[in-house]
Amino acid sequence: MEFPDDLKYSKEHEWVLVEGSVATIGITDYAQEQLGDIVFVELPAIGDKVSKDDAFGVVESVKSVNDIYAPISGKVLEANDDLPENPEMVNDDPYGDGWMIKIEVSDAEELDDLMTADEYKEYVAEEEEKE
Amino acid sequence: MKRTPLYSAQRAAGARFVDFGGWELPVQYTGIQDEHAAVRTRAGLFDVSHMGEIELRGPHAVAAAQELTVNDVGRLADGQAQYSLLCLPTGGVVDDIMVHRLAADRILLCVNAANVDKDLAWIREHAGAAEVVDRSDATAQLALQGPLATEILRGLTDIPLADLPPFACREGRVAGCLVLVAHTGYTGEDGWELYCAAADAVKLWETLRQAGEPHGMSLAGLGARDTLRLERALPLYGHELSEATTPLEAGLAWVVRFAKPSFVGRAALQRQRAAGVTRRLVGLAMCEPGIPRQGYAIVDGDRPVGTVTSGTKSPTLGKAIGLGYVASGLHEVGTHLGVKVRERIVRCEVVALPFYRRAEARR
Repeated sequence: MEFPDDLKYSKEHEWVLVEGSVATIGITDYAQEQLGDIVFVELPAIGDKVSKDDAFGVVESVKSVNDIYAPISGKVLEANDDLPENPEMVNDDPYGDGWMIKIEVSDAEELDDLMTADEYKEYVAEEEEKE
Repeated sequence: MKRTPLYSAQRAAGARFVDFGGWELPVQYTGIQDEHAAVRTRAGLFDVSHMGEIELRGPHAVAAAQELTVNDVGRLADGQAQYSLLCLPTGGVVDDIMVHRLAADRILLCVNAANVDKDLAWIREHAGAAEVVDRSDATAQLALQGPLATEILRGLTDIPLADLPPFACREGRVAGCLVLVAHTGYTGEDGWELYCAAADAVKLWETLRQAGEPHGMSLAGLGARDTLRLERALPLYGHELSEATTPLEAGLAWVVRFAKPSFVGRAALQRQRAAGVTRRLVGLAMCEPGIPRQGYAIVDGDRPVGTVTSGTKSPTLGKAIGLGYVASGLHEVGTHLGVKVRERIVRCEVVALPFYRRAEARR
């Protein structure tokens, strides 16, 4: 399982890559593995506002329907147009081609609530123990 | 939570477990789509030991089965099985089951795991003079399914499998263990269901696993079992079937033998047949992106006309499919409807069932 160092992580298993005022968001390697084969992804439209901790999209596996929660707030600048056609990219490359949205960060302080790679790795280990 | 005798072996084999009606069962090993494809093209091995086994014994066994089930047990010779239903006097479905006639005085009913206690009470209440024996805890069950299933099993048993047509069953030895082998399944593929003593389950599973390996057999979990049965439009209790639905609504009129003089539910079902059913189970194929799921509303324009009972993206067909009940009149193949997927209405069409039929069976 991968935990790239340059990302921030949420308890809902989303990752955030911050570049200036733009944040790219996706779900983590652990999340995609837990979901299993992903067959459908629904993302917000450009210009939509997303709020921290609110659902901004849906990812469906063969068996289940799951909300994707915004780890931080902002305005959607871009949504990954390839995912509706190729949702399996989230399984194949969750931190790369499987990214979901780019947003303009509205409150940089929210980033402080997110976990570092090491913290998230520990968090996942605890989750796995519960399983 | 209850576990089958194979729990440890499955954990070691990399299974991921889920809570399924009080049982901790493997939902998948390598992935649902992989396992699904293996069963369609090669073979898959399922542990279905959670299913219940209830035996009717004695000289009144056949009569008891006739009264309890809607299909005609009188058509079964020794070593034959049939799909059937237990119904309430209202016609609602208590459970869908497999009936195996082992001998004139031994009828084995295979029932759904979540319904074992309910079924047992119901059967005891209506079994008359027949003896009712719950064999569920003592019995394990494996399902070996797929086009290569027979080839894999052939080398492990002295039972002449070629002599067993679909729905035949026979007791014999597999890998040295005493097993009831039934030419039945729940995947839409050719295959076998093997009932054995719980104590023999690990040996049987390991032997089948090794024998299947050179044939590309996969271990398969509940996830693939569900997508496979859905493509074949086989009903699942708690989804397509319940005490609030009748066999006639569920498209199972062929199972109900009104020619039988008596069975529980006959009068109500006869009345419903005469009056006509007001809702029907249909197959839906989605025309736009979106997956129907259990509980989603089916709409005609924006008018609710029914409810989805099962749905997924079909791994074999590559498109989203679902089963659901709609008002009679909207059930004809080709009818355009919609499914309310979250806030959106996704267009769909009523299609012929099953969604998938294996090539051989088309002959």
